[in-house]
Amino acid sequence: MQNTAQKFVAAPGTRIEMTYLEALVQAQIEEMDRDERVVLMGEDISIYGGGKLIERFGKNRVWNTPISEGGFTGLAIGAAINGLRPIVDLSVASFVYLASDQIINQASKLQYMTGGQIDIPIVFRCWMYSVGSKAAQHADRPYPLFMNVPGLKIICPTSPADIKGLMKSAIRDGDPVLVFEDACLWPVKGDVATDPDYLIPIGKADVKRRGKDVTLIAIAGAIRPTMEAVDALAEEGISVEVIDPRTLKPLDYEAIRISVAKTGRLMIVENGHSVCNVGSEIAAVMAEEIFDLLQRPILRLSSPDIHVPFSPALEKDFFPTKEHITAAVRRLL
Amino acid sequence: MRQFKGDNIPGFFHSSVGQEAAIVGACLALRDDDAMTGTHRSHGHPIGKGANLDALMAELMGKEGGICKGRGGSMHLADRSVGIISESAIVGGGIPLATGCAFSSTVRGVDQVTLCFFGDGAVNQGTFHESLNMASLWKLPVIYLCENNGYAITTSVAQSHGQPDIAMRAPGYGMPGITVDGQDVSAVYEATARAVTRARAGEGPTLIVADTYRFDEHNFGLVIPGEPYRSVEEVEAHKRDCDPILLYRTVLIEEGIDEKSLRAIEDEVAEVVKQAVQFALASPMPRSETLHDHMFNSPLAGHYSFVAGQKRN
Repeated sequence: MQNTAQKFVAAPGTRIEMTYLEALVQAQIEEMDRDERVVLMGEDISIYGGGKLIERFGKNRVWNTPISEGGFTGLAIGAAINGLRPIVDLSVASFVYLASDQIINQASKLQYMTGGQIDIPIVFRCWMYSVGSKAAQHADRPYPLFMNVPGLKIICPTSPADIKGLMKSAIRDGDPVLVFEDACLWPVKGDVATDPDYLIPIGKADVKRRGKDVTLIAIAGAIRPTMEAVDALAEEGISVEVIDPRTLKPLDYEAIRISVAKTGRLMIVENGHSVCNVGSEIAAVMAEEIFDLLQRPILRLSSPDIHVPFSPALEKDFFPTKEHITAAVRRLL
Repeated sequence: MRQFKGDNIPGFFHSSVGQEAAIVGACLALRDDDAMTGTHRSHGHPIGKGANLDALMAELMGKEGGICKGRGGSMHLADRSVGIISESAIVGGGIPLATGCAFSSTVRGVDQVTLCFFGDGAVNQGTFHESLNMASLWKLPVIYLCENNGYAITTSVAQSHGQPDIAMRAPGYGMPGITVDGQDVSAVYEATARAVTRARAGEGPTLIVADTYRFDEHNFGLVIPGEPYRSVEEVEAHKRDCDPILLYRTVLIEEGIDEKSLRAIEDEVAEVVKQAVQFALASPMPRSETLHDHMFNSPLAGHYSFVAGQKRN
């Protein structure tokens, strides 16, 4: 039986189909092959690292940590300062809070506070469960919290090609990069470049669908109901342009401005809580910069300022659905 | 301190006066390429590790010539050129970083050792316990050096430690825990040197508790309301009987070094400090146009937030 790495070996320049999760593992394999300074660490990582990376790279590159999120996150930051390029898998995004002191007070600040003496090339991975009755302590989407912290780069890719190309850029980057994966995207399949040097630059948005009536920005797992809604609206003759920022910090405002200049209407869809989320930031910036291009007020769809409930009955309408999105787009027209 | 009182040094000022032997003794046991992390009481550690005094003093004054270009200041006097990877003003924040620094040495297969300074207050932080556990588990070449000055600001060890013998924490993590007289530079050096040998041999970490005392307040000018947490008599007795510099001076005289040679060394140090102050005073303030500098190793266009009147991207 082939392992994950053998399965995806192919000539440069070709593309093969794989899932989002497979693409993510493949990005790590390629970068660990390319650069021996790249190490992987996290709880149960040698088992759940995807494709059992420990078989390929050995225990000196793949480290199972104790349940000590603050401790091993700080340890990885120290290792990054001193010559390694760690990938820290924090698993469920709610656990990032335990590591947040080290990410915010150390990783984001030390380059600046030392006047550039210290580099921290490190990647923090975590995944977000939007649905599935995980309840509040396993269902957070904390990316807006970290957008408020200078010194961090934040990516939130939504397709197999994007996670591979952006993850590789993150591992090669010289600064701390947070990767927020949406667990609902893991099984999504798509064509992915096999060229080991194929990178997607951090900070560049992607226009997922061309359209002329409304600009719709979808963040992370919100891309799935968004594309369903856009398909349904297209059948009614409503043409929606969908932008996936892919990188949340820095946000590609230029791509958004260009689209809104064309459509005159802007809506942001995400699964984050409504207060001070990425939609708030985009809406504020667009209101500051291109208010005169807007034909209608900016609209945001997100989850309410309530913790994620356990019961499926309460959870089913908690995040923006296809129906919410189609209704909101009609309101904008 | 004269510069602080003279308003040349902004912000907080946490003096290491009284704690010199613990710092210098530990640092002397290291090679130049060994690593070190420190604390908010960061003035002593870089001096002990051999950092450039001119740039340290300029940093205290927030000058462009400062070791951190005026971005870090008094509590964060890192000097990478002598192995200082950071000084953390978050109590306990630097302990995992030191552990990771040693982790990197292990993964890369080099014989570098990391020295981690922290205070008695940090011993009760989760980072201390998580780090000691991992360092012991993976036999990392790190030395945890607790400068136990007895007080976390105003809270004594007795008031905050269920186990006030800090070295006793070490056996719980499967490593040696040693208490030394932190006012005796030779004792600290010898204990650290043994720990360095152990670390380089791949035998793992050591916890050293250097019992010491801070002669000044937690930070200079701090006003303590209400009842004093330590008596004037206690402070004066330590200044009189436990000054590590005077104690070591006595040792040197007993060993046959004459008074004249010691004065010559002291005059030389005074001159170096005077030059550092002159360098710092002469160094310009950083220009506001450099505000965005040093944020990223790999800067990306448009990463800075909007500043009124400036283009975002």
